[in-house]
Amino acid sequence: MSQSYNRGLVEDFGRWREFTAGMWAWILHKFTGWVLVGYLFTHIAVLSTALPASNAASGVIAAETDVYTTTLQGLESLALVRVLEVGLLAVAVFHILNGVRLLFVDLGVGLEAQDKSFYASLVVTAAIVLASVPTFLEGVF
Amino acid sequence: MAERYSSFRSGSRSWLFQRVTAAFLVVVLAFHFFLLHFVNHASEVTFAGTSARMEQWGYLLTMVLFLLTATFHGVNGVYAALLNQGLTGTKKRAVKGVLAIAGLALAAQGTYVALVMSGVM
Repeated sequence: MSQSYNRGLVEDFGRWREFTAGMWAWILHKFTGWVLVGYLFTHIAVLSTALPASNAASGVIAAETDVYTTTLQGLESLALVRVLEVGLLAVAVFHILNGVRLLFVDLGVGLEAQDKSFYASLVVTAAIVLASVPTFLEGVF
Repeated sequence: MAERYSSFRSGSRSWLFQRVTAAFLVVVLAFHFFLLHFVNHASEVTFAGTSARMEQWGYLLTMVLFLLTATFHGVNGVYAALLNQGLTGTKKRAVKGVLAIAGLALAAQGTYVALVMSGVM
């Protein structure tokens, strides 16, 4: 039996204290989506250093002193970049897990447990990110 | 029935493509993170190593498809989010145009970079 609720607009962020699990999932999915699309543009810009690097002499590439290698390794040597990468991982893992949850919601599967699956997405994201911290920060401190 | 929160009008073509690309991206984004942070460490990436990976046709094709689907999914998601905030009329058309140009530019640049990395261009 379908039942409708009138909880007002989820876009009205000033009402955040009244938000339900589904509304938080919607906001977090949107926020992580903005971060990921912003990162995608930055990522391709940084990887575009491969264009001048491809013209470098083979000795320069073998010595790993081409602009692509030095740019990427220079960025990776910064502790701030490594910490931001952990943040990116958190954002990506949540977006993936909540995205799978949304695909199920759209298929009408497990609707009655959609709040629990949101909490599960948060817990699994936290577990994966915490377990990945040593690998992501290896050798930078 | 539970409440449904989505930025997309259910049943529209953009809604369908957003979900088709999502199903692909779930797998490939996880693979991308795993390969470049756990199998190969990001801090040890070199042009020679990147080229060696991109010279494999299957990998190159996967990465180009990854770029194209991620660009569509991201730009379409941003557009849906802005429409959801109440964007209409001339502003809606302007945003659609800017996002389409940005998406096409990103896809073109990324594909070009991938082909150069693989040695095709």
